[in-house]
Amino acid sequence: MKIQVLGSGCPTCKKLHEITVEAVKQLNLKDSVEYITDVSKIVEMGVMSSPVLAINGKPVMVGFLPDMEKVKDLLKEAQK
Amino acid sequence: MDIFYPVQLFADWVSYTVFSFAKNSVLGGAVNFFIFDGIKIFLLLSVIIFVVSVIRSYLPPEKTKKWLSNRFEIVSNVIAALIGIVTPFCSCSAVPLFIGLVESGVPLGVTFSYLISAPMVNEVAAVMLLGLFGPTVAILYISSGVIIAVIVGFILGRLKLEYLVEDYVWKIKVNNQMKVDNKTVSDRLKESCQYTINLVKTVFPYVLIGVAAGALVHGYAPENFLARIAGKGNPLAVPLAVLIGVPLYSNAAGTIPIVKSLMEKGLPIGTALAFMMSVTALSFPEMIILRKVLKPKLLAIYIPILTLGIIFTGYLFNLVI
Repeated sequence: MKIQVLGSGCPTCKKLHEITVEAVKQLNLKDSVEYITDVSKIVEMGVMSSPVLAINGKPVMVGFLPDMEKVKDLLKEAQK
Repeated sequence: MDIFYPVQLFADWVSYTVFSFAKNSVLGGAVNFFIFDGIKIFLLLSVIIFVVSVIRSYLPPEKTKKWLSNRFEIVSNVIAALIGIVTPFCSCSAVPLFIGLVESGVPLGVTFSYLISAPMVNEVAAVMLLGLFGPTVAILYISSGVIIAVIVGFILGRLKLEYLVEDYVWKIKVNNQMKVDNKTVSDRLKESCQYTINLVKTVFPYVLIGVAAGALVHGYAPENFLARIAGKGNPLAVPLAVLIGVPLYSNAAGTIPIVKSLMEKGLPIGTALAFMMSVTALSFPEMIILRKVLKPKLLAIYIPILTLGIIFTGYLFNLVI
């Protein structure tokens, strides 16, 4: 599974990256979390707000800082 | 009856019964002011931010960009400025938002209307104004913000400055296949709740500091001392207020209670509004982020036009009210 956090390096984006890394650890997943600060990547996905959580190249969560449980749910859903 | 009457009763009870300050003492008055304003703003912030974020969940920029290519550009300017009221974006979204809008064919001037209105008509600032000054000032603030956004965006559109946008912006290929997700109502409510809690947690310490400073000014600063140095008679007061506002960006929530107390001491409304607009709209962090997509010359055109717009509004309100 390809997990990416995209943002322009603002505090909210960094927080999302931390939460996602922690969620991956708690779920005992082997995947690494990629942190991308290149804004053009965000736009190429057709998204216009940051931060973005993308799984396998698809944005699953956009422009909003969720709690850990929400990130875990998204990851579990994507695993199926 | 004022819906905040119970809050006033509570503030009276805490300051005059629990702490037993004398009813007309300066310190008692300041403590009372602090408790009342603190609770009132907390309640208003929580409720209004929640409502705004629910509305916003129905207006993602991916969806609204379709409405921004009207045949008459000025109509699009107005729509963009209005959408900007309910869709504040964190400055980190400014760049993807800018590229996304320009790429999908939204005119540059219209994009600017949105970029000006969204941070300037700041939800937190609007709530604080509503709580501390009442609906008239809040509406004045919102409507003058929208008007500045429309006019400045329209002027920038007429100047045909597309060549001053960084070249790479035009080369990005946007994938328009992304479907706007269909969230359930309960998802929206849950997300809005989360957002509200996060936001209130972040800004509330500044609100408390601001209210405390405001309470001190309220209690201790001499009457009308500002009317003498920064009153309507001083033509430099408005530009000066705008200059002071620029570096205060992150503390927009904390500045407003102080401004309220300053107004009680004679600061004219236009000067106060210009100050608050420069706090929210002219922010260094956002300009630095915008530099990623705009060539320096465009920033050098954009910033002075916006600044002049704000100064003009300040003079206008000082004249009219």
